[in-house]
Amino acid sequence: MKFAVIVFPGSNCDYDAYYALKNIGFDVEFVWHRNTSSLSNFDGIFIPGGFSYGDYLRTGAIAKFSPVMKSIKEESKKGKIIIGVCNGFQILVESELLPGSLINNKNIKFLSKQVKLRVKTFNSIFTKSIEKEYLKMPIAHKQGNFIADSDTLQTLKDNDQILFEYDINPNGSMLNIAGITNKKRNILGMMPHPERASNSLLGSEDGKYIFESLIKNYV
Amino acid sequence: MKAKIYIKYKEGILDPQGTVTNKALKSIDIKGIESIGIGKYIEMEFDKNISKDDAKKIAEESCKKMLANPNTETYSYIIED
Repeated sequence: MKFAVIVFPGSNCDYDAYYALKNIGFDVEFVWHRNTSSLSNFDGIFIPGGFSYGDYLRTGAIAKFSPVMKSIKEESKKGKIIIGVCNGFQILVESELLPGSLINNKNIKFLSKQVKLRVKTFNSIFTKSIEKEYLKMPIAHKQGNFIADSDTLQTLKDNDQILFEYDINPNGSMLNIAGITNKKRNILGMMPHPERASNSLLGSEDGKYIFESLIKNYV
Repeated sequence: MKAKIYIKYKEGILDPQGTVTNKALKSIDIKGIESIGIGKYIEMEFDKNISKDDAKKIAEESCKKMLANPNTETYSYIIED
């Protein structure tokens, strides 16, 4: 299974993602955001964290118009696996590939710490083979407060689209949402960083379970 | 010709900057403020040959497509000569 790690000006978790995915056994290639060719030769697309375009205007607001996003949207329609972490999640909601918005944390602080997540559903390729209910991984964001209107929240609940929720809500996110999937269940957006929790030297290996679940269940 | 564009959070969207600033103003004894909302102000200067109608269209399209997030923000603008 071959992954593209998208690199924007200001991405800073691209190498972490590359390392984590490679260690699990994926083939990985970096793809620059100005890339206009198709991404159809990849089986998965990873949009990493960071500060694309310096977070100017709004997080993800400018990155969503990068040329590579056109191919990402095309691939998403085909049901390709897409993972957006932190700034990647912000880009996915700005692009409307995932519902909702990510606004300033409730306490306005940039939060950088380990958090405990609950796997809310195992009904997704990303969580199916995770054998633990609680996972430990870091967050590092200022705009991770997930909000959506009540209809959207209800749809997320009805369709079992909330994959991860915070054990203790750090940022004000509605329904304690830390990570969601789309209706088709091929896209994962999450604020916590599984790629930074894929090696025991970094304090947790729990992030690895998401990528392992993916590799085990990918058909 | 230029557009003065104002972007603010929709009602009900958490605006911690506004809340904290309001509290801070209270703490220095400035009284009489009910609430504060902090948004964005953008100035857009147009090419010389752009008409007022076109300027409006450009400002509208810019806000709609990029400058404001329709989920969380509202926008308004004034076109000035």
